[in-house]
Amino acid sequence: MEQSGWSQMGDVAIRLENVTKSFDGASGAAVDNLSLDIENGSIIALLGPSGCGKTTTLRMINRLIEPTSGKIEINGVDVMSQSPQELRRGIGYVIQQVGLFPHRTIASNIATVPKMLGWDKSRSAERVEELTTLVGLDHEMLDRYPDELSGGQQQRVGVARALAADPPVLLMDEPFGAVDPIVRGRLQDELLALQTQVSKTIVLVTHDVDEALRVADKIALMNVGGVIEQLATPDELMRAPANDFVRSFVGEDRGLRRLALNAVSALRFHQGPVVSADATFDEAEHAMALEGSDWLGITIDEIFAGWARADDVRAARANGTELRDVERFEPIAQVEPTSTLRAAMELIMSSNSSVAVIADGGRFGGVITLEDIRRALSSADIETADGTA
Amino acid sequence: MSSAPIPSLIAEATNPIIRWEWVVEEWDQVWDAIVEHLILTMLAMLMGLVVSAILAAIALRFRWTMTPITATTSLIYTLPSVALFALLAPVFGNLSRWTAVLPLAAYTLLILVTNIVAGFQAVPASVRDAADGMGMSPMRRVWSVDLPLAVPYILTGIRIAAVSTVGLVTVAAIIGQGGLGRLIFSGLRRAFWTPMTVGASLSIALALVIDALIILVGLWLVPWQRRRKAATR
Repeated sequence: MEQSGWSQMGDVAIRLENVTKSFDGASGAAVDNLSLDIENGSIIALLGPSGCGKTTTLRMINRLIEPTSGKIEINGVDVMSQSPQELRRGIGYVIQQVGLFPHRTIASNIATVPKMLGWDKSRSAERVEELTTLVGLDHEMLDRYPDELSGGQQQRVGVARALAADPPVLLMDEPFGAVDPIVRGRLQDELLALQTQVSKTIVLVTHDVDEALRVADKIALMNVGGVIEQLATPDELMRAPANDFVRSFVGEDRGLRRLALNAVSALRFHQGPVVSADATFDEAEHAMALEGSDWLGITIDEIFAGWARADDVRAARANGTELRDVERFEPIAQVEPTSTLRAAMELIMSSNSSVAVIADGGRFGGVITLEDIRRALSSADIETADGTA
Repeated sequence: MSSAPIPSLIAEATNPIIRWEWVVEEWDQVWDAIVEHLILTMLAMLMGLVVSAILAAIALRFRWTMTPITATTSLIYTLPSVALFALLAPVFGNLSRWTAVLPLAAYTLLILVTNIVAGFQAVPASVRDAADGMGMSPMRRVWSVDLPLAVPYILTGIRIAAVSTVGLVTVAAIIGQGGLGRLIFSGLRRAFWTPMTVGASLSIALALVIDALIILVGLWLVPWQRRRKAATR
């Protein structure tokens, strides 16, 4: 059967058919009769505890490990039909320890595969420049050696190097495991941003539930022996775990984890006790009464300017001063529509207030309260970020 | 004491540590000794490197051979050099250069093999994995990744081996070879200190110069390490 190319999302890019790998001397197979279709242009996370065969599965795709039996196809072509070297030059490969060549400059590292493919120098150099920009690296870095870069920068180089020859498939083995949590979060976001530009089929191995939830379109949760316990979208996995293994692996706090999957924009915003500085005192009183709030939010030119105490507002009215002159306190909890509900909740909790202000590119967009978040969690009516499969 | 003694006799009698006139007069002989010393050292090092490279390759390819290879080269290293030169003299003849070069090369094996193997083993597994995963062929990986990364270790081995070979060459004087060693021995035999001093100090100087040269080559060959040191300073 002929596959129709790989340009369209929805096609199968990688197909594993009854793949088994047994290692000599090991009891039981590392991966036992695994079948899996991976959609073109999607990010799939192979998630599971150590020893579940996720890395073995990944390494069988580029034949760093040869399957004992079964068949693996990439875009309809059996991986065994070409030499391992030929195959691997057409597949991006990113690993946890990055594995940059310490004796080569960053530019030379990125150009590794183009060089092997015999690209001429100017084409290589052009591609290196392009990728440096794409992964957000400073061009000054190109002449440096890997040891002169931070962990996060090295990992960006690793991604650039993997993308150098524009392979349709990218294999990533715990790519962000060696960097600190803050950098990891940033790199994950960058990967997602990158993916909107390059639309690769990405297979990502991880043991980190949060990472899988954050970046994957689909998660294959694996158990020992390469058994897929559930293959589902992140939200589905949280909402409807297939069995006890899934339930215990994703954790009892999966309700909270769902918060990380949904953006503030999934909620219906409401105005809250907030008025413009030009409003009348009657309007201000009305807004506060409507919400039962002791605080009044004030916007100036549609930008949130701060919170004023109800008492101060009333005192101002009595003294005849302007609403815009009432003492205001900086909004501590401020989120963007693209922030996750979890981030919003954390902000509200840590700022010791009950609402967060939504800033929509600087403009006041509404407020979000803990009650809004609680309601969102208990109902299924939030629009999930990844929709339904 | 009736009259002033002949100056040269006084000098002969006092036998100072060094007599510069001798150095000037006999410069050709000294120069030949330096050249011979260098040739013996280089031949021994080259031969040692070739054999070590082969042994190291075998040890890296078949791990079980590491123990016997190390045991054998260690055994050779413990043999007294005088004894080894003496033993080989009847085989190749007293005047053959190989009588000196063969044992000298044999002594380098332990240090060189150990360092070459250590160098290749020090290549991070992640770097190898990345190279393989990007489709680098095994031969290409050895030449363009493993070898350059092993260079600092290999150079360290070469430094130690070269310096100790420069020292050992002097001992080869007992079989009529030995470059500067011959000056030392002839001085000792005649209780005439000048050639001994010249031979000894020049062989020390030679060792230091070779050591420094290899360090310089290392800096040139391993720019990434130099920069890393600069970066961490």
